[in-house]
Amino acid sequence: MTLDGILSGDRPRSRVLSVLLVAGFLALLGAPFLFPGTKALGVAERICIFIVLAASYDIVLGYTGIVSFAHAMFFGIGAYGEAIALTTLPVGWGAILFGVVAALAVSAVLATAIGFVSLRLRALYFSMMTLALASFALIMATQLRDLTGGEDGLTFSLPRVLTPAFRLLDGPLLGVRMDGRIVTYYLVFLATTLLFLLMLRIVNSPFGRVLQAIRENEFRAQALGFSIVLHRTLAGVIGALMATLAGAMLALVLRYNGPSASMSFEIMVDSILLMTVIGGMGTLYGPMLGAIIIVLAQYYLQPGMAVLSGMFAGLPVLPRLFDPDRWLLWMGGLFVVIVYFFPTGIVGRLRERPANDG
Amino acid sequence: MADRDLLQLDRVVTHIGAYHILHGVDLSVRRGRVTMLLGRNGAGKTTTLRSIMGLWKPRAGAIHFDNARIDALDTPDIARLGIAYVPETMGIFSQLTVQENMKLAATGGRFDPARLDDVFRFFPILKTKWNDRAGLMSGGQKQMLAVARAIVEERRLMIIDEPTKGLAPAVIDQLIACLLELKARDTTILLVEQNFHMARSVGDDVAVMDNGVVVHNGLMADLAADEALQTRLLGLNLGSHQ
Repeated sequence: MTLDGILSGDRPRSRVLSVLLVAGFLALLGAPFLFPGTKALGVAERICIFIVLAASYDIVLGYTGIVSFAHAMFFGIGAYGEAIALTTLPVGWGAILFGVVAALAVSAVLATAIGFVSLRLRALYFSMMTLALASFALIMATQLRDLTGGEDGLTFSLPRVLTPAFRLLDGPLLGVRMDGRIVTYYLVFLATTLLFLLMLRIVNSPFGRVLQAIRENEFRAQALGFSIVLHRTLAGVIGALMATLAGAMLALVLRYNGPSASMSFEIMVDSILLMTVIGGMGTLYGPMLGAIIIVLAQYYLQPGMAVLSGMFAGLPVLPRLFDPDRWLLWMGGLFVVIVYFFPTGIVGRLRERPANDG
Repeated sequence: MADRDLLQLDRVVTHIGAYHILHGVDLSVRRGRVTMLLGRNGAGKTTTLRSIMGLWKPRAGAIHFDNARIDALDTPDIARLGIAYVPETMGIFSQLTVQENMKLAATGGRFDPARLDDVFRFFPILKTKWNDRAGLMSGGQKQMLAVARAIVEERRLMIIDEPTKGLAPAVIDQLIACLLELKARDTTILLVEQNFHMARSVGDDVAVMDNGVVVHNGLMADLAADEALQTRLLGLNLGSHQ
């Protein structure tokens, strides 16, 4: 199969973007060996998971123009599906599979109901409806203690092959101990790669073209015979199912799930929405870049500022400006700068440059 | 509804928000003929077309297509009856390529090769721009694409809203040639047009609207020949627009 076929004909259409995407892919592929250590592996896992999550949100927001605040809810359903299955059933692949399938079923039913009931509303009311639903789901997650563990969440065990106790190789490979964490990482990496390519296939299919047509001119798409509610509902269901799978991956990586880990509004706004908008809506590659940038900033901005603050010790103003406690200020500044210079997102901007048509 | 009529509007009343636009439109479109819908700006022509397509739901009256009532149907269902609509704004999907725009208008995304050859014969530029983004084309080329989408497969009725608006004379001539050939194949067309040269070239029948009602029905040739009637109905002498 050619590269064009793998990417469903949707090439990056920018040399700079191509370089960034290839660099990101290779860095994630070799992450356990290039960036050894538990924290780095955790960051790489989180990047993979949020690539799927943000790309799935792009199908909803970027390809159909729907602003939904319920996406983190589907992410949470995936994570809770795994967590509940692995705490109530005998630990094993059967429980993992059952958790995923049950969570997918719940998400599919909910997303279909949201679509058919709410998408007839005006955009603003639809957004408010999803916001209310997400709040309701969060309250349920904290109140149904017997099922979800309440605020404390659920901690569970995994099959031995996914635990640090498992040894894939007797000795280290390239200086890295090949244990169950590495197996888990590559499982997540493989799933991310396959799901991303699947989403790329979906948005570049005739169905994806209809979604883009609806986003651009709803009336015209209707006049060509396409049902807006049906197509938007299908897009919402696909996005929800992908988010559910991302949630299931998160639970496997953390071996824990709680309301703040997967269902909070911080995840919805500070992560999913920002990754999609900053990376570039309606491109799928954009959320991928957005996920890498935001997760790296979330993990390394604060320690980086501590280093800078130490370097400027003794100078006026600068040590306080780079005080690690002010990391949110810099994060906000970063968003403002990106939105100002890249109003169509990083990928949108890169694709606009005529010189970068490679 | 007479059998010769493919489309009939009876006392159609349409509001847009607080505005009462159509006050009881009666209109018939005969099979295999080109019906011109004329009138001053704001007379309700575009609203009539959009009401037929279900984009604005009539509050009263009835719309029949091929003897079946369609005013309660949703727009996609109306379109699937074989009615192609080319709006005044063209409605091109600018982020998609010319080919993708055309595929959206073809049932199942599949082209009839003979039909596609016709499209390229009418509008050769579309073949050249086949894989280009539609948003990068000129206004005239976008209008050609809009019409091409409507003719990419056999339609039972084509509804076209001011296709020549703002176009260069050479492009208008191309559109006229296309419509004349469609007319020769007995395609039923309802056409809103301000350009009298086109109206007289392609129109068989004519309906004139004013203040949300149809005030005149007849043959296009009769209206074109009657300057006094033109002045009374349209406030202009159409002969001077040649």
